[in-house]
Amino acid sequence: MASTHHVEQPVVGPGHTFVTVTDKIASIVLQKKTPLGWFFGFAISFSVLMMLLATLTWLVAKGVGIWGVNVPVGWGFDIINFVWWIGIGHAGTLISAILLLLRQQWRMSINRFAEAMTLFAVACAALYPIFHMGRPWVGAYWLFPYPNTMGLWPNFRSPLIFDVFAVGTYATVSLLFWYVGMVPDLATLRDRAQNRGAKILYGVFALGWRGSARHWNNYETAYLILAALSTPLVVSVHSVVSLDFSVGIVPGWHATIFPPYFVAGAIYAGFAMVLILAIPLRWAYGLQDFVTMRHIENMAKVMLATGLVVGYGYMMEAFTAWYSGNTYEKFLLVNRALGPYSWAYWSLILCNVVVINTLWVKSLRTNVPYLFFVSLVVSVGMWLERFVIIVMSLHRDFLPSSWGNYRGTVFDWSTFIGTLGLFATLFFLFIRFLPAISIFEMRTLLPGAQPREGKA
Amino acid sequence: MSRPAIYGLLAEFHSADAIVEAAHDVHAAGYRKLDAYTPYPIEELIEALHIGRSRVPRIVLAGGITGLLAGWGLQYWSSVIEYPLNIGGRPLNSWPAFIVPSFETTVLFSALAAVVGMLALSGLPQPYHPVFNVPGFALASQNRFFICVEATDPRFDREGTREFLKGLGAVEVTEVAH
Amino acid sequence: MSREHVPAVPDTLRRRAGGTVAPRYWKSLEELKETPAFLELLRREFPEQASVFEDPRGRREFLTLMGASLALGGLTACTKQPEERIVPYVRQPEQLVPGRPLFFASAVAHDGYARGVLVESHEGRPTKVEGNPDHPMSLGGTDVFGQAHVLGLYDPDRAKSVLFAGQERTWAQFRAAAREALGRQKPGQGAGLRILTGRVTSPALTAQIQAILAEYPAARWVSWEPADRDAARAGAVMAFGEAVEPQPRLHRADVVLSLEADFVASHPASLRLVREFTSRRKVDPEKPEMNRLYVVEGSPSLTGASADHRLALRSSEIEGFARALAAALGLGVEGGVPHPWVEPLAADLRRAGARALVLAGETQPAALHAIAHAINEALGAVGTTVTYTAAAEAQPGGERAALAELVREMTAGSVEVLLLLDVNPVYAAPADIGFAEALDKVALRIHHGLYLDETAERCHWHLPAAHPLESWSDARAADGTVSIVQPLIAPLYDGRSPHEVLAVFGARPEQKGYDIVRNHWKEKLGESGFEKRWNRALHDGIVAGTALPEKAVRVRGGEWTKAPSRAASPMPSGLEIAFRTDPAVHDGRFANLGWLQELPKPLTKLTWGNAALVSPRTAQALGGFRVEQTARGHVTEVIELRYRGRSIKAPVWILPGHPDGAVTVHLGHGRSRAGRVGSGVGFNAYAIRTNDAPWFGDALEVVPTGETTRIACTQDHWTIEQPEHVQAEARHVVRAATLAEFAADPHVIRRAGHEPEPGLSLYPEHRYEGRAWGMAIDMSACVGCNACVTACQAENNIPVVGKDQVGRGREMHWIRIDRYYQGPSESPETVHQPVLCMHCENAPCEVVCPVAATVHSEEGLNEMVYNRCVGTRYCSNNCPYKVRRFNFLLYQDWTTPTFKMMRNPEVTVRSRGVMEKCTYCVQRISRARIDAKNERREIRDGDIVTACEAACPAQAIVFGDVNDPESRVAKLKAGARNYALLTELQTRPRTSYLAALRNPNTEIPSPREEGGHG
Repeated sequence: MASTHHVEQPVVGPGHTFVTVTDKIASIVLQKKTPLGWFFGFAISFSVLMMLLATLTWLVAKGVGIWGVNVPVGWGFDIINFVWWIGIGHAGTLISAILLLLRQQWRMSINRFAEAMTLFAVACAALYPIFHMGRPWVGAYWLFPYPNTMGLWPNFRSPLIFDVFAVGTYATVSLLFWYVGMVPDLATLRDRAQNRGAKILYGVFALGWRGSARHWNNYETAYLILAALSTPLVVSVHSVVSLDFSVGIVPGWHATIFPPYFVAGAIYAGFAMVLILAIPLRWAYGLQDFVTMRHIENMAKVMLATGLVVGYGYMMEAFTAWYSGNTYEKFLLVNRALGPYSWAYWSLILCNVVVINTLWVKSLRTNVPYLFFVSLVVSVGMWLERFVIIVMSLHRDFLPSSWGNYRGTVFDWSTFIGTLGLFATLFFLFIRFLPAISIFEMRTLLPGAQPREGKA
Repeated sequence: MSRPAIYGLLAEFHSADAIVEAAHDVHAAGYRKLDAYTPYPIEELIEALHIGRSRVPRIVLAGGITGLLAGWGLQYWSSVIEYPLNIGGRPLNSWPAFIVPSFETTVLFSALAAVVGMLALSGLPQPYHPVFNVPGFALASQNRFFICVEATDPRFDREGTREFLKGLGAVEVTEVAH
Repeated sequence: MSREHVPAVPDTLRRRAGGTVAPRYWKSLEELKETPAFLELLRREFPEQASVFEDPRGRREFLTLMGASLALGGLTACTKQPEERIVPYVRQPEQLVPGRPLFFASAVAHDGYARGVLVESHEGRPTKVEGNPDHPMSLGGTDVFGQAHVLGLYDPDRAKSVLFAGQERTWAQFRAAAREALGRQKPGQGAGLRILTGRVTSPALTAQIQAILAEYPAARWVSWEPADRDAARAGAVMAFGEAVEPQPRLHRADVVLSLEADFVASHPASLRLVREFTSRRKVDPEKPEMNRLYVVEGSPSLTGASADHRLALRSSEIEGFARALAAALGLGVEGGVPHPWVEPLAADLRRAGARALVLAGETQPAALHAIAHAINEALGAVGTTVTYTAAAEAQPGGERAALAELVREMTAGSVEVLLLLDVNPVYAAPADIGFAEALDKVALRIHHGLYLDETAERCHWHLPAAHPLESWSDARAADGTVSIVQPLIAPLYDGRSPHEVLAVFGARPEQKGYDIVRNHWKEKLGESGFEKRWNRALHDGIVAGTALPEKAVRVRGGEWTKAPSRAASPMPSGLEIAFRTDPAVHDGRFANLGWLQELPKPLTKLTWGNAALVSPRTAQALGGFRVEQTARGHVTEVIELRYRGRSIKAPVWILPGHPDGAVTVHLGHGRSRAGRVGSGVGFNAYAIRTNDAPWFGDALEVVPTGETTRIACTQDHWTIEQPEHVQAEARHVVRAATLAEFAADPHVIRRAGHEPEPGLSLYPEHRYEGRAWGMAIDMSACVGCNACVTACQAENNIPVVGKDQVGRGREMHWIRIDRYYQGPSESPETVHQPVLCMHCENAPCEVVCPVAATVHSEEGLNEMVYNRCVGTRYCSNNCPYKVRRFNFLLYQDWTTPTFKMMRNPEVTVRSRGVMEKCTYCVQRISRARIDAKNERREIRDGDIVTACEAACPAQAIVFGDVNDPESRVAKLKAGARNYALLTELQTRPRTSYLAALRNPNTEIPSPREEGGHG
């Protein structure tokens, strides 16, 4: 890619120097007056977060029966949302790690908030496995392998334990990655902050960073290694999540194609969410010079690519169902297309297969409002995908006598919308108090940042 | 030996080119107790100062191996030795299932090792450092480039070194108090 | 055992319950008593309950308030053994070992007829009812009603004190009032005294009443049951001149024709008949032979579901069919209506000759009974497949007429004192005779019953009845065998038995039930050696040699041979309505028992209420009702049933196999004062039932109302669409064959599915040395009676969740009976498949549990560790049989004191948020293991009997050690009919099924050929 730079639009707008870059980004946090819009948005998301709090309180008081789950459909919105959030949580690390290893410099202006988005999405996701349990007060720690008076250990054959390890590791590593990446910028904020309180606070988190050559030496190596570690990790996480289903014997779950197809879906949903956040952000804070059309279009391309993989996944599911001749799989296919929840299946196809293919057209791909719309459609589509996989597989499985129906209750919805509130709240705090774009990495992109060749 | 009067001399430069060039000359001149401060990483500078490759990777390797053994060990010990249970007719040592958590612990330990190692090797966290006493140094995290020659260097000479640095095209050379 | 042995444990319990708490409760009871709210509770029905019962939590809060205070009132007395000597049914040394249950033989009367039971008692608290193997009408089996008596005993809604106009009184006050009223009757020889009872078979009670009548010659005694058997009695009189009781001997019958005789579910001898019938259907490949059952019926019944050939005719058309058949068999009977079945059927009966049997249903007119008797005699069946004895009840037949007469007298005002013993005519009497209005004309109305029911509401005095498990009595079974009813526990509340109430009207007003019953039998059995015989009777649960002697009777012609005028017009006008007692709450007396309300009714699988059942074709004809399955239950349309000037509204339910042009409604619902559980559930079909046509009638009008309502049905309503049974067959869930197919090739069953070859798994196979528990369920024998479901609920402390939760698919039954149809929906074949935890050797549920809360035992049990469960529900999702049940909310009632006493102390009471499921009654396994250890021996085959196995009247369920080649279960599993569910999944279930075999007559077109696939 590096070779083709000249034909592509630049990744930083013209006329920027170290000073302007630093000012523009740092001032969002330090000097600029917080725009009214921020307070407005924060107020809304915070009140939604309070609704989540109320719902979870009632949930723990009364039991998961306030949700729509039943037998046979033992999982509903809870696990749908868990998988949905985890999926969204993939783009961040992917952009930071894989694109870093691939030397995709355009990533630099979006990786910081993409990583933040990852963390917040994982935080939202993590709520569900805990609160979907009948007895969260014990489940929250019985799932971890700790020596206990019962002498009992987790069952390491269970995909849910895989989840605990995978999601736990993923959250930790993403946090480290995000924080380490931010240390030099925190130093910048420390050195620029006027207000003493801010100086101290940023100073503490900057760990006394001086930008010494020795620091940079270890720093670059460590950062690269973290990237190298995160790459298999990001692939593993959603593969593991997909095992929750493919390890089960339920028709519609028991499929070997799940891991790759889940990972693709995750990146797909993740990039959609990055766009949903980046487009308003660059507009609100006038960051068009840093998050340029080139970024937008590249992300659109990634979405298109992964979208096609996902579409292929649907195709293969249908094909294997027909080709295997397996009674249950065949029925599953029919039930998806014609059963009581066929509306979900067909809207899924519309969202994830039909709409995404319009991005082949460059004019649409580079039309920001349209791209924003497509991203929303994709997010909905990916939610429906999990609905189809979880609910539609369970509601009619092996014994026809035990078939049932499922419908989310008002509490299912308030929990779901509540986590959206949590996500938004965290994100608002992030853009207000931390540099949303990596300053020092932007510097390296400026003309004259790297010494001329042939020296020394 | 007795403690020098000052910590060292700090020379300020305005471009990556300048500082890389200067670093070469300073090192060539035989100064060894050196450090350079830049707002972003510069490969050439690190070479110029002959800092050598970071030891972070070795620490990460150690961390990774520990994680692998710990993860696998925990599973094998708890489900085969400590509390054997017949679960779904599967053998006690269901190794294919144990692979996943082992992988995760490996990654987790490696990542932690990488970060801890990086900080340790860089002597961070370090709230106080003499160079912070220099007023202009704040720009080191923004748009200025610095070289610091420490007073403990055998070739260090308060006046001579200052002149030498000036000669390298430093915009300004300031003394760094302890 | 005398009481000294007992109290130790109970006292501590009583202290725990009473010591600190009781005083406060008592206080609050005193306070409450005066509040209007409390009087409301006692005197008026609570319309709000209709809504509250839908929400189990709401109901529970209500119980916490009222139930606790009232029930504890009695609790202080409740764990005392009765003072009289009662004899435990144990062969071991006869003393109570704390923690070890004792079994006492007793009997529970159903519609008057006794069924022998063994009641399990823990530290003086009856907790479970089992059948008494020594009792001729139980043979060890029980039915849902027998099982539910335990809940009935501990029902917190039971009447708790003597009331006069809603004000508390004492028994002494009542005695005074009653004696005073009697005094006024004396001069008129009791002309104004009437006694209304249910069907009475109790010799002691009969003697008491006779004595009263002797003293007051002008007084009269009317016995009446809503489920009358008048037609059967009248038919016997027509045929033989006396009201004899036919005693079928089904095990001797090769060919049985049931003319709407539902001997599986509603016959005084049904438990025995089921055993006899199914004993001829457990085919073993060595000698493949079985009996054949033809059923002609006007409403789908369990008997019809077990038939080899089932003909759905409207009830009114069956007599015509029977007459044609009789004619075909050469009897001079007129008025036959030709039918293609008649010839081949007649031929088959003739072939079987003496080993054939024709049964007539109590819901059919007398003439049909006479015809049945005549056919049996003609076939020479009498003496072989049927014998005759006198009727067991004191007043055989004529119940409806007697009731009507009583109402006439009441209306005329000639009745001054009316004593109603354990009857609820205000609710259950036919609508057209106006019992309630007439009742108000009676000067002194005394009601004795378990509940403050609709009748109690309209009476001056209400006397709380002691529950059968609390009182001494005796009762005859259908064959006359007498059982002594022993109390298992002193009355929880201030209840008295009918004997004690009648004593008030007799010579010794204060005589105890014990003395009444005992003295009666002292006279009967004679002084000499009485003690021995009495103890023997108590111990065995039957009084030896009391079965009624056979009677030699001859059929004689009469009016019944002539064609009835009705038969002239074969097609009656409009639709026909059929009334049936409810399979769950019977005639309504069990309406307040949650176990029965929540019991999925056979065939319809409806819970919590009744519906108007129609055939698919009739539904179409009436405008195609929509039944929509939602996530909160089935939404169905409400229709108005207009019948003989009265009308009721009922939800419609489409039932395959229902005769066209007819509607079936079940009695027993729509109670207004059943209690907190049963009030307002379903609709009251009595409201349109008339005295002249108790079981069916024509000229029914159905008017759509446009309203819809929610129904809680536990099995999907796919049966009338193709998908379910197509799927069921594609999945080899139900494997069935005809006897001929099976005889030709015993492997037809095994070949029906994909048996995976062993060693397909990646992992090495897990070996089970030593014992390996397993179960085999014979689907040829299973009649789908639900006894196992209720037995399991009682044994394992399974909670009731309420209509709303059942609608959401959250019922908690550990064993369910799946019902599958095969063939066209007009005349499908029905198969019942009891499904419980399969205890898979490769259990899918265990692998996915993150906290190892469900694991395998050495002996191959799939164990559920409640304490460890965190409630992820992953196991349930991954269970292909969907037998796991989850406590989505706090379903278990932790507050009502009487329920605490009811629970089986050997089974954990589960709380919110944990998964539960069938354990193969692990507590019974442990008990057997301990016994075996104490006796230094191995566990013998049959030592362990699971609750479902014990209850099953058909002995369709067999449990045992599959590693022991000599065990019954191992032998069954080795048989050719054995197969497991979803074997292709490699789950290796320990529970397996024996395929359902049918023995169709090739000369009769079966539904299989008629249409639809096999």
